[in-house]
Amino acid sequence: MPEVLKAPLVVEFPFTRSLGPVQSAFLTGLRERVVLGVKTGDGRTLVPPVEYDPVTAEEIRDLVEVAPTGTVTTWAWNHAPRRGQPLDTPFAWVLVKLDGADTALLHALDAPGSDAVRTGMRVRIRWAGERCGAITDIACFEPYDGSAELTGHDGLFEDMVTGIVAPARLDYVYSPGRAQAAYIDALSERRTVGERCPSCQKVYVPPRGACPTCGVATSERVEVGPRGTVTTYCIVNIKAKNLDIDVPYVYAHIALDGADLALHGRIGGIPYDQVRMGLRVEPVWTEGGRYPDHYRPTGEPDADYDVYKELI
Amino acid sequence: MRPVRDIAVVAFGQTDHRRTSDEFSEVEMLMPVLHDVLDRTGMKTSDIGFTCSGSSDYLAGRAFSFTMALDGVGAWPPISESHVEMDGAWALYEAWTKLLTGDADTALVYAYGKSSPGSVRDVLTRQLDPYYVAPLWPDSVALAALQAQALIDAGETDEPALAGVASRSRTAATSNSHAQLRGSVAQGDYLVRPLRTGDCPPIGDGAAAVILAAGERARDLCERPAWIRGIDHRIEAHGLGVRDLTDSPSTRLAAERAGAFERPVDTAELHAPFTSQEVVLRKALRLGADVDVNPSGGALAANPVMAAGLIRIGEAAARIHRGLSDRALGHATSGPCLQQNLVAVLEGDAR
Ligand SMILES: [Zn+2]
Repeated sequence: MPEVLKAPLVVEFPFTRSLGPVQSAFLTGLRERVVLGVKTGDGRTLVPPVEYDPVTAEEIRDLVEVAPTGTVTTWAWNHAPRRGQPLDTPFAWVLVKLDGADTALLHALDAPGSDAVRTGMRVRIRWAGERCGAITDIACFEPYDGSAELTGHDGLFEDMVTGIVAPARLDYVYSPGRAQAAYIDALSERRTVGERCPSCQKVYVPPRGACPTCGVATSERVEVGPRGTVTTYCIVNIKAKNLDIDVPYVYAHIALDGADLALHGRIGGIPYDQVRMGLRVEPVWTEGGRYPDHYRPTGEPDADYDVYKELI
Repeated sequence: MRPVRDIAVVAFGQTDHRRTSDEFSEVEMLMPVLHDVLDRTGMKTSDIGFTCSGSSDYLAGRAFSFTMALDGVGAWPPISESHVEMDGAWALYEAWTKLLTGDADTALVYAYGKSSPGSVRDVLTRQLDPYYVAPLWPDSVALAALQAQALIDAGETDEPALAGVASRSRTAATSNSHAQLRGSVAQGDYLVRPLRTGDCPPIGDGAAAVILAAGERARDLCERPAWIRGIDHRIEAHGLGVRDLTDSPSTRLAAERAGAFERPVDTAELHAPFTSQEVVLRKALRLGADVDVNPSGGALAANPVMAAGLIRIGEAAARIHRGLSDRALGHATSGPCLQQNLVAVLEGDAR
């Protein structure tokens, strides 16, 4: 088996989320250093607040202020903080029941060591220096023996926060697996390989290691191309971001000779409005390219429709 | 309430679970397992009435990642197929309801997960409440540790007892050739206190598959079918601070609805990736000392995310197939601190 191919893969997205009336008030409150809960039908105060009673599913809107001080209900010592977590020095994860609340809020507690943390200990909010209306407006909790005054806020603010942007990033190391690795390896030698299904004899390009018709593993490696036939195509009129290709251009399905599945690629070397089904093409490689840059006409007569009709 | 049709697990297969499987794509990892269960029943993919799978795009780092795996089941010509972005145990639930309707007599259920390409502790933070929790990136071990400390504070367990759960599970796994962690495993240092590495599941890749069949078809396909007497799943509030982390009322209710308390079970396969969660589940399910809990080693021995819950039901069924159990409970969980729970009760024919 050749060396396993691997490459870093970063998935990153700024999730934009709108807030309902209760979450909006809560997060706006954090921006103003006011902590709000919501009252349930049976008189409990939920902090952080939600829009529906977790027991009865009734809609709840009755905001009530609670204190920025509270009591730890459970904790866990995190000696090795991970990316994105509230503190980059060792800290305790805590659930804190704020004074006036009946439920607990998850956050971080800044403490000198695990010996300084216990269930039942008193803590208070340490506010972030810059606040925007997000749970991270609470920088963390810190040990605090006293209690705090309420501001008397009713939960109505000017300039309410109506949404949050929650960036998420996850890092992966992608490995394509056996069949696709062989395909990529062959491309580095400017060859194209597929795999033949032992049951239906179809040759799949690029191979994924399985025949989707028969549901069996494909294993016999088959070299295909380099020439092929345009089976169908479209004309692209909108320029993609970061793509240095003039529009309009043609993107086509190309059945390489010997393959039973068309792959796709750009057609060049011919005016876009002269590309047609049945056009015979060959790959064009650029210096250092890891796959064909585009396909161009070979000059051969067009393929007969009957030859490629099953591959459209 | 008894199901309107008798439906059984007639075959179960799983991969060897390993820290990495980067030489294989998901479908390459999955396919031998699919063929294993088909071979056990003598069926072909074209004989299957309904197919349902469980997996996660966040684990794969790709959108619609399950469509690739479909190549492994021969999805052309078109098949009756569905997918849950969850553990395969919930795919099994969907397949069971499909069979109950009479629309199909057999179902193939499969699940797979490769944790090795990413960091599963971070990946799982993306299933948390996106407004109040996910922006803090509390990882799966941290949340389980909060639950463990709550149990310790409540006097329901202590660190030596948790170490005992870890040791018992991995000793049991010595008889499970598929398990990733077997035999003597050090409890190790704190990962997030009070949980040590030994209290946490191994991170690994793997896949599993089950075939379900209804009525006489089940008897044709399997010598001793594992009849599903009941199956139910329940969820609790997503807010961790709303819940009592020392208890699992959703597990208890699901078990009640599945008929688990009507008669004692002899075997329980519990999906408890953390030692502390077994403490919670044993209490919720009222399991006595005479019940064989996780003879496979459980999720502490192999925890392929998205497949580990289905494997619990499969392992419970396989005990019945082999005549080692007459009435077994399979449990699966999803979400932080046992947020959502599924319970299946399986029985073999009287001997
Ligand atoms: Zn085939």
